[in-house]
Amino acid sequence: MASTTGPQLAGGVQGPTRAQIDAKTLRTDRWWLAPATTFVVFSAFVVYATWRAFADSNYFVDPYLSPFYSPCLGDCVKGSSDFGTPFGGFPLSAALIVLIFPLGFRMSCYYYRKAYYRAFWLSPPACAVAEPHGSYSGETRFPLVFQNVHRWFWYAAIVVAAILTYDTALTFREADGGHVGLGSLIFVANIVLIWLYTLSCHSCRHIVGGRLRHFSKHPVRYRMWTFVSKLNAHHPSFAWYSLFSVAIADLYVMLLANGTISETRFF
Amino acid sequence: MGYDLKMRVWRGDQSGGELGDYTVEVSEGEVVLDAIHRLQATQAGDLAVRWNCKAGKCGSCSAEVNGKPRLMCMTRLSDFEPEETITVTPMRTFPVIRDLVTDVSFNYEKAKELPSVELGPRDADGKRRMMQVDVERGQEFRKCIECFLCQNTCHVVRDHEENKPAFSGPRFFLRYAELDMHPLDTRDRRAAAQDAAGLGLCNITKCCTEVCPENIKITDNAIIPMKERVVDRKFDPLVWLGNKIGVRNKDDDGRTEL
Amino acid sequence: MSEAGSTQRHPMTGNEMSPEAAGGMERHSFDVVVIGAGGSGLRAAIAAHEAGAKVAIVCKSLLGKAHTVMAEGGIAASMGNVYPEDNWEVHFRDTMRGGKMLNNWRMAQLHAQEAPERVLELEDWGALFDRTEDGLISQRDFGGHKYARLAHVGDRTGLEMIRTLQQRAVALGIEVFMECTVTELLKDGEAVSGAFGYWRETGRFVVFEAPSVVLATGGIGKSFKVTSNSWEYTGDGHALALRAGAALINMEFVQFHPTGMVWPPSVKGLLVTESVRGDGGILKNSEGKRFMFDYIPEFFKAETADTVEEADRWYDDKKNNRRPPELLPRDEVARAINSEIKAGRGTPHGGVYLDIASRRSPEFIRRRLPSMYHQFKELADVDITAEPMEIGPTCHYVMGGVEVDPDTELAGVPGLYAVGECSGGMHGSNRLGGNSLSDLLVFGRRAGEAAAAYADTLGAQRPRIAESSVAEAQSSALAPFAVEGGENPYTIQSDLQQSMNDLVGIIRTAAELEQSLQAIAALKERATTMVVEGHRQYNPGWHLALDLRNMLLVSEAIAKAALAREESRGGHTRDDFPATDPTWGTKNLVVTLSADGAGVDLHEKPLPVMPDELKKYFDAPPAASADKEAGK
Repeated sequence: MASTTGPQLAGGVQGPTRAQIDAKTLRTDRWWLAPATTFVVFSAFVVYATWRAFADSNYFVDPYLSPFYSPCLGDCVKGSSDFGTPFGGFPLSAALIVLIFPLGFRMSCYYYRKAYYRAFWLSPPACAVAEPHGSYSGETRFPLVFQNVHRWFWYAAIVVAAILTYDTALTFREADGGHVGLGSLIFVANIVLIWLYTLSCHSCRHIVGGRLRHFSKHPVRYRMWTFVSKLNAHHPSFAWYSLFSVAIADLYVMLLANGTISETRFF
Repeated sequence: MGYDLKMRVWRGDQSGGELGDYTVEVSEGEVVLDAIHRLQATQAGDLAVRWNCKAGKCGSCSAEVNGKPRLMCMTRLSDFEPEETITVTPMRTFPVIRDLVTDVSFNYEKAKELPSVELGPRDADGKRRMMQVDVERGQEFRKCIECFLCQNTCHVVRDHEENKPAFSGPRFFLRYAELDMHPLDTRDRRAAAQDAAGLGLCNITKCCTEVCPENIKITDNAIIPMKERVVDRKFDPLVWLGNKIGVRNKDDDGRTEL
Repeated sequence: MSEAGSTQRHPMTGNEMSPEAAGGMERHSFDVVVIGAGGSGLRAAIAAHEAGAKVAIVCKSLLGKAHTVMAEGGIAASMGNVYPEDNWEVHFRDTMRGGKMLNNWRMAQLHAQEAPERVLELEDWGALFDRTEDGLISQRDFGGHKYARLAHVGDRTGLEMIRTLQQRAVALGIEVFMECTVTELLKDGEAVSGAFGYWRETGRFVVFEAPSVVLATGGIGKSFKVTSNSWEYTGDGHALALRAGAALINMEFVQFHPTGMVWPPSVKGLLVTESVRGDGGILKNSEGKRFMFDYIPEFFKAETADTVEEADRWYDDKKNNRRPPELLPRDEVARAINSEIKAGRGTPHGGVYLDIASRRSPEFIRRRLPSMYHQFKELADVDITAEPMEIGPTCHYVMGGVEVDPDTELAGVPGLYAVGECSGGMHGSNRLGGNSLSDLLVFGRRAGEAAAAYADTLGAQRPRIAESSVAEAQSSALAPFAVEGGENPYTIQSDLQQSMNDLVGIIRTAAELEQSLQAIAALKERATTMVVEGHRQYNPGWHLALDLRNMLLVSEAIAKAALAREESRGGHTRDDFPATDPTWGTKNLVVTLSADGAGVDLHEKPLPVMPDELKKYFDAPPAASADKEAGK
């Protein structure tokens, strides 16, 4: 979005026509706290997710399949593929085949965009705090113009959420009957948050009814829009909670698989 | 009840200026604008400040209080500690005229560029019919008091003077959204919003919403829906497919693209 | 248009910015110059533009900030969307009765007849009013209106109106000169030839050559201490008209809105919309008593509920019940509140309680009265959905203003027109809520068309501006800089506000009014030696010094007329003459500039007589005729 030609504010708040004030911001509150927190947490997630996605191991313990690897379509461990292995010859980790969809969905998400533009690109770091870039073209050019494909990823995210729902259902099943473990509960919590995040999406809000000009002529879609609008107000929270839940679900599977812990079974 | 408030107020014009230190007597229940007025009446008769209603309804007294874009008439002194020094500066995105007054002509120029509303003919009885649910979104946007704090805080123009010609700013994205959602308007402004208004320059970092004194959800309710409407026109595979095979929404019928 | 060095005009203000213009005078030429950019000014400009005239709007503030934005309740127009029984005749009758029959009947008639179309026009231009179930413009109840009649948008109707007109004016490409104050009207013999003013931003002077000038400058409320009006309301149009040879009428009638905020001090006077009462709010004193039932005047007895039960039933069933006394016209309610406070039954901060919290659900209140909710929450830390508001009367509106021809708004001086609050006659002795916004639209349009037509008839024979009058206006504007060692204008303004509030307020006596005239004379003396610091660039001290002259002149007009009218009627209450006197009901008090130009003279003038076909609405006793019309 911006070329980093170094701190150059002459075209901004310290331009010749603006009120002459030396400080880049006169804010006295802790404006840096939110972007700093975002930076730390998102970075930690990216590091963890990258490591796990490339690990290609410890992602399946019957009946749990890590959400990072679902659906498992590559050269998967036995029992983890519920939809066949059309990419069986794929040389790298099976996670990489499917992870592009949830990753793309989140990267192009209107909330995540706000969060990482602020925290990682400092564009701007916080409101009324000068950004360090010399020029700025927003989302008008390659590559950021592709943020507009968010809707395509939303269509994919619906499919992914459906598959994760199926995975979650499987965690209640065992060869000899029913099963409820700690993992089942984690998976349920995760899929609920994933759905909340997916359905509260701004594109979803637009598609179900927001694009209409006459709500009165489409009462059902208006009701759906009203419902999604309510969820949408919490979209940032769902974005964070589901980020944690998906990591925890994967971590739980990994710890079971490598034998660090054993399953806490309730039923 | 009263106490002495320490203030720093920017005094100057385009040739230069600085933060001046003042001590003003203030009392309970007062707002920053009261303190500025007392300063004007007792210590600095020529202190330039723009204001009208002093009730948060006209949007004239926009400034930056401790670095945050605020209406001075709606910023209560009780939000600060009595010993805290309050710094008041003019808005930093617009050219300064004098002291706290800035030249906000940018906004009036952008208003002129916007394609105005154009309704079809009235009903046979000379009236118009619009349902409440169909006007409610537009009504939220029309709460705008044109304080231009959103325009001021938006980094697209605040930090990049060179973007001003290409970018209308959040206040006018509100207008685009309002008109695009108007149940009786006959113009399709999606292309205009993308091209002439520079909607793509917005990276939805939401500062406009944060500073809006009317609590209009500018980003969520106007800018993002407007971006999505642009996507409808250009990038959506299903909309494209629907148009190809003749299954499409007729909600936009009767509008002509600008 | 004669634009010297047009290459360097300021993009927003149109201000001449070229260095060589420093000593020179910026000049512009138009067919119609409208002074003021509130509802009436914008509507006049649009009408004049549509009639083919070259129009300029000149306003003291930025475009869209005029006092019209403060109007909350709605625009009165008998569209009949909620009550099909409503029509212009009922509206006309309500308006005349609200003004205690002192209105100019022709203005009241035109107003009632044309208001509905003016509202529908706003919708054509993009206004989004609240809707009825059928999708028509919703209409709400207000004091003094027989039927729910006010087109509205929540409680921010004025904002919707000014934004709509502003956007229309911008779409038409009308030229706007913002932050530019007109200090003198210029004349050629008897006729208007233009206007002289200064740019607030630079302090440079500007001359507008125009055969037609429309005054749309609003009211005079800033002369009072407790007021709902903004700083712009310094009576500029009233004073400009006086100095140009026009007359003011009805200046003794000043409306005190019954419900202004009383706490905290910094917002004292800030308006609390009448819609709070229209939507179910009631008034209580410190003893918890709903006191308005004790103050129903004979004149309105027949149409006002006398029991709590009937009053409460009215909100749901308006046909079979009479209106609650809280919805009596504003003058009645303001006087009642004043009496309660004087009798020692006021609240801790010197008001009474306005309670909607105990009567409507929080959701209802937040939906119907969003900006009131916001205003109390933000400024007074009061949650109006949970606790009552403390309110008291506040100076709100002046019924008096420039005397105009009802059909064209011509102010008696060729080429001079006046509309909106700065014109007089339409509202008689008391204005009904909602009638001001419709007044702006109806007469704004009429004045704009008349002004354009007049300019057109002149052809090349336009009045000319004499250089001597420009020089005179210039030296007069610069006078405050020439004085040394005088007083600061802020002090004089504050003393004037205090005097007007204490001596010419809601209840008046001869002794106090005489005292006020002495006080004004003393203030005028002090104003001759007031001094401003700094230079001409955006200098609020200087701006106030110039406005203060207008405030003093208009305050004198109010006090003189109030002293002369020895009766109580509408917005004028004399403690020493508490009764309404029928002999005073047939005459207006007219104010003109005194021979030496320093003060005002007072004359009596008979009220125009209503024709018989309109008199019939008032012939029958009020109760019977009201019932008949309602088809009860």
